[in-house]
Amino acid sequence: MNALQVSDVSFSYGARAVLHGLNFTCPRGRVTALLGPNAAGKTTLISLLTCLYPLQQGQIKVSGHDLTRAPRSALRELGVVFQQSTLDLDLTVEQNLRYHAALHGFSPADAKQRINAELERQQLSERRHDKVRLLNGGHRRRVEIARALLHNPRLLLLDEASVGLDPASRQALQTHLRSLCQERDIAVLSTTHILDEIGPEDHVLILNKGLLVANGSIAAIQDQYQQQSLPQIFEQLTQKAPL
Amino acid sequence: MKAYWYCLSGIFFREWLRFWQQRTRLLSALVRPLLWLIVFAAGFRAALGIAIIAPYDTYITYETYIVPGLACMILLFNGMQSSLSMVYDREMGSMRILLTSPQPRSFLLICKLLASACISIVQVYIFLAITWFYGVQPPLLGLLVALPALLMVALMLGAIGLLLSNGIRQLENFAGVMNFVIFPLFFLSSALYPLWKMQEASLWLYWLCVLNPFSHGVELVRYALYLQFNPVALMVCAATTAICLCAAVLTFSPKRTSLRTAPSK
Repeated sequence: MNALQVSDVSFSYGARAVLHGLNFTCPRGRVTALLGPNAAGKTTLISLLTCLYPLQQGQIKVSGHDLTRAPRSALRELGVVFQQSTLDLDLTVEQNLRYHAALHGFSPADAKQRINAELERQQLSERRHDKVRLLNGGHRRRVEIARALLHNPRLLLLDEASVGLDPASRQALQTHLRSLCQERDIAVLSTTHILDEIGPEDHVLILNKGLLVANGSIAAIQDQYQQQSLPQIFEQLTQKAPL
Repeated sequence: MKAYWYCLSGIFFREWLRFWQQRTRLLSALVRPLLWLIVFAAGFRAALGIAIIAPYDTYITYETYIVPGLACMILLFNGMQSSLSMVYDREMGSMRILLTSPQPRSFLLICKLLASACISIVQVYIFLAITWFYGVQPPLLGLLVALPALLMVALMLGAIGLLLSNGIRQLENFAGVMNFVIFPLFFLSSALYPLWKMQEASLWLYWLCVLNPFSHGVELVRYALYLQFNPVALMVCAATTAICLCAAVLTFSPKRTSLRTAPSK
């Protein structure tokens, strides 16, 4: 089963349409990179996927649960890392995670177990009592990923999660995401406009002005456009220089 | 049911931690009513003689009269501030994490209101403890009886704030809310002067005070502090809370960015 299925989704702000009949899926065990220049509609799509905007047209299913008909079941299967940090800077790492666990209805004992396991996995156990304010950007991102995975979602959404990170932290994040897909058989949908972040085995979606202009593996897209590199294809499809 | 309980306690715990770590917030919340009590009341004590009025059974000092109003002032400022901070939180902060929780959105909003109300009530009791030593001493049992009244008023003001925040796009508009909501609610009420005095001064101002739900909140707390029950005040507060809360939940939009205009990207 696909972790995410988006069917015929359109969205507009009043008279201005920003998403036009999107259709795509995110398979489990892989990273799906959602590429697009600024104003392509990526953040609007993330807002729809996280129920922050109401769906106007089409259907979104997260792990088989319809986001409109069964939003609570769908949200249980969804972990999110927003572009801007949503951590509480004045609380410790552990307090932030405990809050998230409580929002998902986990008992304190269950939450403690999950937090221990996730902090261990993210190699953050020693920082658990540190206030988030004291962490660097890379560690904060890892805390957010730990938080997003606390409830064992089938789909992890990352909205430009590498923005503001130095190259080493960015590389570490990408490696970490791919190992997560392998270890936990989850799907990762990551929006970005940094083409270097895409791995050869990733599924790629290119969004331009609300239209999905490419959808498939890098190899399949390259075959289709007979181009040598993804940046050239991106440039051709978006009529902009690659970033 | 357990999941709801864990969620509620998690939201309470977080609000408490935030409150505890921002103790300057407590200080500023207390300074305002204490200034009114110590400075303003001293100046106006002579000018404003208070006749024997319910729920008091004897002549009282002006300080005694305004303490329930000042307690409600703490609830008013806190209720508005915490609800309006959601404007900021929706776009930038932790509210997004709250809203991607699988619990029903209405439940989450009510939990947040309840948690903020309880934090406000802690501040009110600290204020009442200080006023006790200052010489304003309602019956000890009254302090306990006032608890549900304070909770009712805190919820009412939080619900009004939440409803207002649904129509506000930027936090900068808080100054406008101060001028057009908080000050009129406070000054057009029985917090600082009994309504019969206002009736003598101006009939239409008197009626504005009577129609102001904050007046009823103040009276509910005042009566409870002196071990009396004011059913009209309770009904007005309960009805205002129910109406504002329903309207706030129904009109709540997770994103404050207007759906009529595009977001920044």
